[in-house]
Amino acid sequence: MIKVEKMVSKIDSNSFSYIKKEDAAWKVDAAGVYYKDLNDALRNIVGQGAKEIELQHVFGQRYIGTDLGNDVKLTIFGTPGNDLGAFMNGPKIIVNGNAQDGCGNTMNEGELIIYGRTGDLTGHSMRGGKIFVRDDVGYRVGIHMKEYKKKKPTIVIGGSAQDFLGEYMAGGIILVLGLNLKKGDCCKARFVGTGMHGGVIYERDKILKCAKGTRLMNIGKRDKILIESLVQEYCNNFNVDSKKIMNSKFYKIVPISKRPYGQLYSH
Amino acid sequence: MQNLTKINNPYSDDKDFSGCSIFGMMDLNGNRFSSEGPVRAIANMHDRGNGLGGGFAIYGIYPTFEKYYAFHIMYLSKTAKEKVDRKLASKFNIIYDEEMQTKPANVTEPPLVWRYFVEPRKIKPKDEQIEDYVVKAVMQINAEIENAYVFSSGKNMGVFKGVGFPEDVAEFFCLEDYQGYLWTCHGRFPTNTPGWWGGAHPFNILDWTIVHNGELSSYGINSRFLEMYGYECTMQTDTEVLAYAVDLLMRKQRLPFELVSKILAAPLWNEIDSMKAEERLLFSALRQTYGSLLMNGPFSIIVAHHGEMIGLTDRIKLRPLVAGLKDDVLFISSEEAAMRLVSPNLDTFWYPRGGEPVIGKLKNQKLLETMNPMESK
Repeated sequence: MIKVEKMVSKIDSNSFSYIKKEDAAWKVDAAGVYYKDLNDALRNIVGQGAKEIELQHVFGQRYIGTDLGNDVKLTIFGTPGNDLGAFMNGPKIIVNGNAQDGCGNTMNEGELIIYGRTGDLTGHSMRGGKIFVRDDVGYRVGIHMKEYKKKKPTIVIGGSAQDFLGEYMAGGIILVLGLNLKKGDCCKARFVGTGMHGGVIYERDKILKCAKGTRLMNIGKRDKILIESLVQEYCNNFNVDSKKIMNSKFYKIVPISKRPYGQLYSH
Repeated sequence: MQNLTKINNPYSDDKDFSGCSIFGMMDLNGNRFSSEGPVRAIANMHDRGNGLGGGFAIYGIYPTFEKYYAFHIMYLSKTAKEKVDRKLASKFNIIYDEEMQTKPANVTEPPLVWRYFVEPRKIKPKDEQIEDYVVKAVMQINAEIENAYVFSSGKNMGVFKGVGFPEDVAEFFCLEDYQGYLWTCHGRFPTNTPGWWGGAHPFNILDWTIVHNGELSSYGINSRFLEMYGYECTMQTDTEVLAYAVDLLMRKQRLPFELVSKILAAPLWNEIDSMKAEERLLFSALRQTYGSLLMNGPFSIIVAHHGEMIGLTDRIKLRPLVAGLKDDVLFISSEEAAMRLVSPNLDTFWYPRGGEPVIGKLKNQKLLETMNPMESK
């Protein structure tokens, strides 16, 4: 094997004016910083033991949160770019604003808390960890999520979802609360759970129209306990009254078959 | 073939993760503004492209020549210019022409670019016929004269495009010298067609322009359909068909974009089946009549012409598009961050569903006449 020796120098505010350290908290002004430089800097200061980092003036830098240690907390102000927290393995990221497409892509562990909405492909191929979105999400959220033993990725959506929610879902949990919908209204989402073969989508009232190959069911006791704890977490994050939310009927959407396309080409 | 890896992959990663970027900005009151906002926004989405194409369409830039068609022509050889000059002189009165102002920038092998202000020689009674005359002349030059391409042919507007990142193309064409009320911008990541100057976006015919992120797998059937109406595809890029389709449907056949969007991104048949009787009839008729103009494959586009800017994605939204509004300035963008960079406190921000257009129109439609005057009014 070829051994790569990396030249790593210590980044500090003397050499990088956009990085400031106040006691234990680091502040990074990301205005105009190229995403590769920004992520390099984050890796470097996390390597120096940073536990709390505040990112200001973030405008579209990609892949923030990827390849960082597992006990760091990132607070972002602005609009982080695509694939926020992609392949993330532990950190907690709080976004004061909206996140773009692909946030939580193939995330393995950690938490994304979005004080706003997220774009398409949120939680794409997610394998673990949690995503809490205060408002709406875009298309194809939770596409190809998967679970293994105790590792269950979870997405909680406060608002509504768009088409292809949970498409090809193989595991994990999606909970849609629809808090911004009027009574009796549904999410404008087609093809929910298309090709789904594992995992579960919970909904508050019947707000999703599920696709062929899935089944709408009443929730059981275990489901209720799980939903309650997720709603509680959502409410703690975004300061909402959980009683109001729990005061509704919940349903679950599950796949009919574990191998929906097994017969497709076999005739 | 030139080695382009230095441009499109300077980090020597083993894969480029990209998609095109599109951005549009329009002042709904018709006030003109500089390149600063649009260039900043599209440059912020630098990594969506790979330096093999960038371009801009700007409306309201030639107020002193607003009556004349402004042709931007690129010449890949000297002899091409002689031939085009002769052709133009036989069909148009050339009011003024000049080499376009450019400056050295990080663009790849720039051709000679020339600007002409022209009026058609044979004035015919109806507006449409004059426009058809211009379309025909553009098609002739592009198809018949080698190494010459008319890449902009509208009045009081212009397309500026080339091979480079959009911010570099802006520098090359000195866009800081122009003011317009509607800008659309494009950063390119060519998928399966060559990255050359004519293939950069926007695509244009008359004052219609298109910037596009995605690919049109229906290009073949679309271009064959358009050929029947005299449109010849010469730019080796799928997006070209969209520009001609919009010209055909909106200018010649006068369909509103609300319907055009249902032709380009038609509802699925099972959705049509579940519509009310009258709607079902309309949408079935549209699909039957214009089946060959259905744009298949992933796309998000911004269509523009004088007085109107429209954003649209394919019906299952395989490419991103978001929109925002701040004090009568409408933004349409691939990424939210680019909009927020230019206008941090948007009044409204929304994310249209697949196949549902975002339409921005000039508030005062009378302004339109001064911006895009017709000859015989």
